[in-house]
Amino acid sequence: MSQSPHHIDVREFHHRAQAAIDSPKIRRNFRKAMDGLISKRKTAFEDWDLDTLRTLGANIRLKALAQLPDLLVQLEQQLIANGVKVHWANDSEEACHLVRDICLRRQAKRVIKGKSMVSEEMELNHYLEEHGIEALESDLGEYIVQLAEETPSHIIMPAIHKNTEEISDLMHDRTGTERSNDVEYLTASARQQLREKFMQADVGISGVNFAVAETGTLCLVENEGNGRLTTTVPSCHIAVTGIEKVVTSLEDVAPLLALLTRSATGQHITTYFNMISSPRRAEELDGPEEVHLVLVDNGRSSIYQDDELLDTLRCIRCGACMNHCPVYTRVGGHAYGTTYPGPIGKILMPHLLGLDETRHLPTASSLCGACGEVCPVRIPIPDLLVRLRQESVDGDHLHPARVRGHGSKRSAMEALAWKGWRWMHTSAGRYRFGTGIATRLRALQPQHLGAWTRYRSAPRLAPKSLHELVRERQTSRGGKSS
Amino acid sequence: MSAREQILQRLRQRQGQPLTAPPCDFSVMEQRDWSEAEKLDRFERTLESVHGEVHRVSRGQWLDRLAEVLTTRGTRNLLAPINHWIGSALREAQRDDLPPLLAYDRPIDGWKPELFNQVDASITSTRGGIAETGSLILWPTVDEPRLMSLVPPVHVAVLEASQLYTTFLEAMRAQDWAAGMPTNALLISGPSKTADIEQTLAYGVHGPKELIVLVIEDDPV
Ligand code: SF4
Repeated sequence: MSQSPHHIDVREFHHRAQAAIDSPKIRRNFRKAMDGLISKRKTAFEDWDLDTLRTLGANIRLKALAQLPDLLVQLEQQLIANGVKVHWANDSEEACHLVRDICLRRQAKRVIKGKSMVSEEMELNHYLEEHGIEALESDLGEYIVQLAEETPSHIIMPAIHKNTEEISDLMHDRTGTERSNDVEYLTASARQQLREKFMQADVGISGVNFAVAETGTLCLVENEGNGRLTTTVPSCHIAVTGIEKVVTSLEDVAPLLALLTRSATGQHITTYFNMISSPRRAEELDGPEEVHLVLVDNGRSSIYQDDELLDTLRCIRCGACMNHCPVYTRVGGHAYGTTYPGPIGKILMPHLLGLDETRHLPTASSLCGACGEVCPVRIPIPDLLVRLRQESVDGDHLHPARVRGHGSKRSAMEALAWKGWRWMHTSAGRYRFGTGIATRLRALQPQHLGAWTRYRSAPRLAPKSLHELVRERQTSRGGKSS
Repeated sequence: MSAREQILQRLRQRQGQPLTAPPCDFSVMEQRDWSEAEKLDRFERTLESVHGEVHRVSRGQWLDRLAEVLTTRGTRNLLAPINHWIGSALREAQRDDLPPLLAYDRPIDGWKPELFNQVDASITSTRGGIAETGSLILWPTVDEPRLMSLVPPVHVAVLEASQLYTTFLEAMRAQDWAAGMPTNALLISGPSKTADIEQTLAYGVHGPKELIVLVIEDDPV
C-alpha cells in the first residue's frame, strides 16, 4: 500500500527540491511546524545544563558502540532468558523474510504497526502486502501517510507536510469521514477506525528506541498509545530495530530519554514510555504470547568500520537536526527521496544506498552547523558531510575509501581545475602573476557563471589585488614597516 | 555462516583504532534536590501542563473525590483491581454514588470487544511518581493487567505522595529495577495525545482521553 521509496530516484534531488521551493504550501507547512518545534525544544531544556547533558548522551552512545558486538550478544542472551526470540538480518531483504516467516507460521493475515523507521527502511509494508498480508499503520501520522500512499516526510512527525484541510479531504475520500477542519473529530474518527483493526490484528509490529543489554528490555517512546496497543493486544509482537540501538544498562536510558523527547518535540517526556522485557507469563491476562526481536544490520556494520563515520551510529533519531536545518525547512522531507530526510539522512543514507545514488545529499547543506549544535548526542554532522563530500569525489586520497560508491561524483575537469588552483597557489611568484593578470583583464569576466549566477550576481574582480594595495599603502606611508 | 555470525564477525573484526568506552558522568542528572512539598508541586504542575488532572486527597476522602470525579463524567462502570486494597476498598464501600465495578478476571482473548467498547473508566494503583516529568510508574500485574490503564477512555490512578521520586533515574535506582524487570514497565505522563494533524493537540487518540491522579498525601494508619 505504501509507496516504496524504490520508485523514487534519489539522484533527482535537485528537481524535487526545486518543486518544493516553488510550492508555497509546502514551504508554509514546514516553516510553521519547524518554528514551533524549535521554540518548544528551547523551552524544554531551560532548567538543564544542556551542554553537560549532551556530553553524557554522547558518551553513553559511544560506550555502547565501543562494546557493540558484546552488548548485542548480551542483549540476545537476556532476551532469550526472558522468553523473547531473537533474529538477525544482514539486510532489509533478510529482515522482511524473517518477519514474513513469523507471520506465516502464525497464519497471520493482518498486521498492525506502531511507528518504526527501520520498517520504513525495510519497506516492510510493501513487502508484506505483496505476500498477501495486510499491514496497517496505527500511528496517526503514519496512518495518514499510508492512506495517501506516500512515505513519511519527517522521522518523528510523518505527516507534517500536510495541513488539516488536506488530511480532512484524504480521510473523507479514503474512509468516508465528513469533511471537517475539526482536528478532534478527525482524531476521534481515526481512533474508531483503528480500534477495530487492533482487535482483529494477528501480529503487532513495532520499532525500538533503546534496547537494554543488561536486562533484555525493549523501550518504546510514544504519545498516542498505539505503540502500547500494538505491543499488547495481538497475540504476537515483532519488534524490529537497527543493531546500533543497544545500550549497556538500564540507567543509561534515563539521560537518553531526557534528551530524546526534549530534542524531538520539546516534551519533558512523552505520554508513554513502554518497557517490554518478556512475552505474557503463564498467569498474566494480557500481552502477546510471543515476542520477537529482529536485529537489522543493513549497512550499519560497514559504518562501524571507520573511526570518523562511526559517529553516525550514535543517533537516537530525535529529528532535531532536521527541525533546525535551513535546507530541510525549505525543501521538506520528500525532496530528499530517502527514508531518513534532513541532516541525519544526508549522513546515513549514503551508507544504506551507496554514494553513487546519494551523491547530491552531502552537498545539500550550507554547512551552517545548526544540526551539529542541536544534536543531543553531539554527532559532528557538518564534519561528516564534508567527509562524505570528499568520499564522493575521491575517497582513497585522504582516507581509506569506506563508503560504497565513493568517487562517483569525481569529474576529470573539476579535478584538473583544482590541480591548476593548487599549482598557482603554492608559489608566490605564480600567484602574484596570476592575480595581476586577472585584475588587468577583469573587463573580460563573464556575467554568467553557470548555476552560481542563477540566484546570485557574479562576484566582481577588484581592479587591484590585495598584494598590490598593501604595497601601495606601504609606499605612500614612506617605506616598509617591519 | 548465519546472519548472526556474519554481523558479529564484521563488528568484531573492525578496522580502525580500537574503541574505548568513555567514562559516563551522571552527576548532571543528580543535581535536583527538592523537598517533599516541592516534588509534589512540580509533579502536579508538570502533569497538569500536559492535560492531566491531579487531586490531592487524604486517605479518608479519596473515595469521595473518586465518586465526585466519576459522577461529573457520567461514568457508567469502573474497571478495578480485584486483590489490591483499592479494589477491596471500593467493593466494601457499597456506595451508591460509585458506578458498578467491573473486574479484569479473565484473559483478554475472551472479552476484547467488551473491554474496547463497553468499559467507561478504570482505576489502578501506581508504583510511584516522578516529579521532574510529571510521570506515573506502573508495573502491570495479574491484578492490574496492561490494557487496564490503556483501553478505557478514563484512567484514574492512585499515587502515594510518599512514593514521589525526583527523577526517573532516582526512581529506578531506589526501586532497583536493574535487578529484575517485569513483563512490562510503564511511565505514563498524561492522557493519550497526538499532534500529527498540523501540530494541533488532540487527546485520546488511542488510549485514555483523560488521566486523573488521586494523590494520597497522608501516611497509612
Ligand atoms: S543526528 Fe542527532 S539531531 Fe539528528 S536525529 Fe540523530 S540524534 Fe537527533
